[in-house]
Amino acid sequence: MDGMAGQKSTLVWVVNICAFLLVLLWTIPTLGLFVSSFRDRDQIANSGWWQSFSAAEQTGFVRTGTDDDAVQDGGLYVIEGNVTEGDQTLVAWGTGARDPARFQPGDTTEIEDGWQLTVDADGSYRLTSPEPFEMRRGERIFTTTEVPPKFTTGNYQRVLTAEGLGRAFMNTLTVTIPATVIPILIAAFAAYALAWMEFPGRAILTAAVVGLLVVPLQVSLIPLLRLHNEIGIGKGYLGIWLAHTGFGLPLAVYLLRNYMVGLPREVIESARVDGATEFQIFRRIILPLSFPALASFAIFQFLWVWNDLLVATVFLGNTREQLVMTGVLRELMGSKGGEWEILATSAFISIAVPLIVFFAMQKYLVRGLLAGSVKGG
Amino acid sequence: MELFWLAISTIAIGVFGCVAWFWGSNMVLDTIYPPKGPNAGDNIRKANQIRPWLFLGPAILFLTMYLVYPVIDSLWRSLHNSTGSRFVGVDNYTWLLGDGKFRESMRNNMLWLLVVPALSTLFGLIAAQLTDRIRWGNIGKSLIFMPMAISFVGAGVIWKFIYEFRAEGETQIGLLNWIVTRLGGDPQIWLTLIPWNNFFLMIVLVWIQTGFAMVILSAALRGIPEETIEAAILDGASPLQVFMKIKVPQIMGTIAVVWTTITIVVLKVFDIVFVMTNGQWGTQVLANLMYDWMFRGSPDYGRGSAIAIVLMILVTPIMVWNIRNARKEVR
Repeated sequence: MDGMAGQKSTLVWVVNICAFLLVLLWTIPTLGLFVSSFRDRDQIANSGWWQSFSAAEQTGFVRTGTDDDAVQDGGLYVIEGNVTEGDQTLVAWGTGARDPARFQPGDTTEIEDGWQLTVDADGSYRLTSPEPFEMRRGERIFTTTEVPPKFTTGNYQRVLTAEGLGRAFMNTLTVTIPATVIPILIAAFAAYALAWMEFPGRAILTAAVVGLLVVPLQVSLIPLLRLHNEIGIGKGYLGIWLAHTGFGLPLAVYLLRNYMVGLPREVIESARVDGATEFQIFRRIILPLSFPALASFAIFQFLWVWNDLLVATVFLGNTREQLVMTGVLRELMGSKGGEWEILATSAFISIAVPLIVFFAMQKYLVRGLLAGSVKGG
Repeated sequence: MELFWLAISTIAIGVFGCVAWFWGSNMVLDTIYPPKGPNAGDNIRKANQIRPWLFLGPAILFLTMYLVYPVIDSLWRSLHNSTGSRFVGVDNYTWLLGDGKFRESMRNNMLWLLVVPALSTLFGLIAAQLTDRIRWGNIGKSLIFMPMAISFVGAGVIWKFIYEFRAEGETQIGLLNWIVTRLGGDPQIWLTLIPWNNFFLMIVLVWIQTGFAMVILSAALRGIPEETIEAAILDGASPLQVFMKIKVPQIMGTIAVVWTTITIVVLKVFDIVFVMTNGQWGTQVLANLMYDWMFRGSPDYGRGSAIAIVLMILVTPIMVWNIRNARKEVR
């Protein structure tokens, strides 16, 4: 029996470790973005985010002064200066590209006949020669420096004010909220009719809703854009609200119907016997009881609309004032591929709201997914 | 601020409009056919025939206008020239068959179809099985599920930080290249590495979809009757055998649902390719190709619509399967 218990605890350990590795693998990408968004502009371009907690090593070179900068000191001609800047500390230095870290701080080397170069730990160098210098360009000193880790919230300030992401945030919010609220209402009534009213064509309509669930919305773009132009809506918020309402409805009706069908028949029947009108039954009984389903659809639709790029690109304009956050991110990826801190920070701001909603309402999200998929099978 | 009020008033008008419609139309109905008086029974019957359509009206209107009509309109456009002014028969479709980019997109979409649902379901299954057996399983589940909430564009940025390339000798700031150089390899420009770049894009979607698969499959695994598992263990089955031979066969139906749901997502995949490579370097997919024809340069609605219809045809088998399943359940 001892052997079995031992085996079991080994298995538990293996499972724990495997699970940990899997979770780590899935979390690391997002963690990288989060850390990057707080990093200093220079550091983000010079070292990986996983190295950001230790001092970052940088390599580079500086040129010494030229003969104009030389001063006479005793019998020697001397050029002095400093190879480090800011809070860098010198780790090693060299005079040739082939071995840029050949010397320790404090070492002295002879470059050519009589020229002596010393670089100290504080970065100050001293180049001496018994003869006057004759050089147009300074000697190169290769440096390996260390910079202490630096984190800042400056990126967020800059992005929210100067880069126009604040505006995009408001635009996204403006698109998302009505596009989440309106389909819920329309769908709730329809779902009630499909679930609890008897009428010819009910089965076909339910099947049609299931079918429409998978229609690729790409098919709708051109026809709808033209339709909107013809009836005078054009490109703008009204158009995108209507479009998202239309695209979200199949899922809304389907989820809510599945949920409402499962409500206890006796409650509804007895209300009908008591003379309640359908409208009263819907408002007083169905709607409150369906809250979990309503919540889960609301989360789906919120996430989907907030994260959408395609519908926004097509139904809203593409000027700076009209862009939603995903649109801004896309522009940043295209034009400012080099400005990592802006990209990382903007991306994190755009995913922060969905993440908060996700973690706060996960219970409903999971419930909705289960109702939508497992039952469907 | 102006925007804020616009949004608020839209919600107000929208909500008020809906409520007014549902309440108002019901009241009108009850006035025309009052459920009392001499003809009460007859009236109630008549009203009950009309009422469902009042409840369904707005939804049917939206569904028809925003989903049914566009499919028909796209079909019509796909049979016409670039502006829709002349009927060209199946010319757009024959052109598609000969177009190199279209073939590339079809090939890539098929690759995506094979790889993404398979890997997502597999990882989802593993994740579900692992997290169900440990004490901190719920936290683990949350974290694996988290990418679901992240937009495809956001995911594109996140993965850009992993695939980033710096010339050999410089410090690699992309995680993947850093690991590769640490192991002694040469840094690669992953996103232009034909044909492997397709797989690097697919990984992003697998990363997003695994959580979905995990949540559904985990619920299904927990629904398996205990007795079947206990019986297998008593018969001396190893944990792996229990998993492969007892558990997996019992959740086959759910696996199929997960698989098809992810398949639909994959067929429509657009944003990831759009922001990461924009279909260059052999990574074009149908949805992005269609976007190119519809919105870039001089739009060709005929060809764009033809591609949209191809997409529609590709999802149809799943649509039929879903409808059949749903009807089985209603019965």
